[in-house]
Amino acid sequence: MAANLVALAAGLLFSLGLTLSGMIDPARILGFLDVAGVWNPILGVVMASAVAVAAVGFALGRRLAHPLAASAFHPPGQTAIDARLVGGAALFGIGWGLVGYCPGPALASLGLGLRAAWLFALAMIAGMVLAGVVAAARRRRCPG
Amino acid sequence: MIGEAALGGALIGVAVALLWLGIGHIAGISGILARMGEGCSRGRGWRASFLVGLIAAPLLYGLAGGAVPLPTVTRDPWLLVAAGLLVGFGSRLGSGCTSGHGVCGVARLSRRSLTATATFMLAAVATVFVSRHLLGG
Repeated sequence: MAANLVALAAGLLFSLGLTLSGMIDPARILGFLDVAGVWNPILGVVMASAVAVAAVGFALGRRLAHPLAASAFHPPGQTAIDARLVGGAALFGIGWGLVGYCPGPALASLGLGLRAAWLFALAMIAGMVLAGVVAAARRRRCPG
Repeated sequence: MIGEAALGGALIGVAVALLWLGIGHIAGISGILARMGEGCSRGRGWRASFLVGLIAAPLLYGLAGGAVPLPTVTRDPWLLVAAGLLVGFGSRLGSGCTSGHGVCGVARLSRRSLTATATFMLAAVATVFVSRHLLGG
C-alpha cells in the first residue's frame, strides 16, 4: 500500500513537472529538436534540471541499504552496448521527431481530450506489444 | 519561461528520486507501461498507481486553476500511428525512453543510457531536419 502511494505521488509530480515546463506540448519538443530553425532551448533546461535533481536522489540512495518503503533496489541489469540498444534508440528517436510525442507527455495528455494523443498512445502500445512478441520469438529460437 | 522549465524539470527530478528512494524503481515510463501488460502480476500495483498519477496531474492542475498548455500536434492519423509504433517498438527494443534513459540513466551516468540518449537525440534532430527543411512538411 505504501509502495502504491509513493508511486502515485511520483506519477503526479512527474506529470506536474511536464505540465509546468510545457513539455506536454509536442510543438515545444519539436522546437528544441529543430536546430536549423527557430531553436527553443526549453527542453534542454528541463532535462538538465531534472537530471541534476535526480542525480542527488541516486547519490542519497547509495547511503541506504534498501529503499524506505521496499526491501530492495531494482537497478537496470543490462550493461552491454549492443545493436538492440542503439537500433531501438534510433527508431525511438525517429518516431519522437516525427510528431514530438514521447511516452510521458503522450500519456499525460490522455486526460486532455486530444484525439491525437489517444491515437499515438494506442499505436505506441501496439508497438510495445510487437516488440514483446519479437523478443519472445528470439528467445525461443536461441535458448540460453 | 526558463524559470518554469527549471521548476518543472526539478519536479521531474524529485519524482525520479522519490520512486528510487521510496521503492527502489527507475521512473522509466515506457518500461512501467510495458510491464503492466506482461504475464507476471507482481509490481502491477505500483505501476498502475504511477500511471494514474501521470494521467491525472494535468487535469487536477487545470481544475485547481492552473494554466495547462494546450498541446499543438499534427492531426495526420497515419503520421501519429507511424510515430506511435516507432516510439513503442523502439523504446522496448532499446530498453528505455526519454525518462528512463534520458533522465534516470543520465543521472546515474549509465554508459548504456548515455549512448541511447545521444542516439535518440541525434535521430530525432535528423528526423525534424528532414521533415521540416528538406521535405518542407
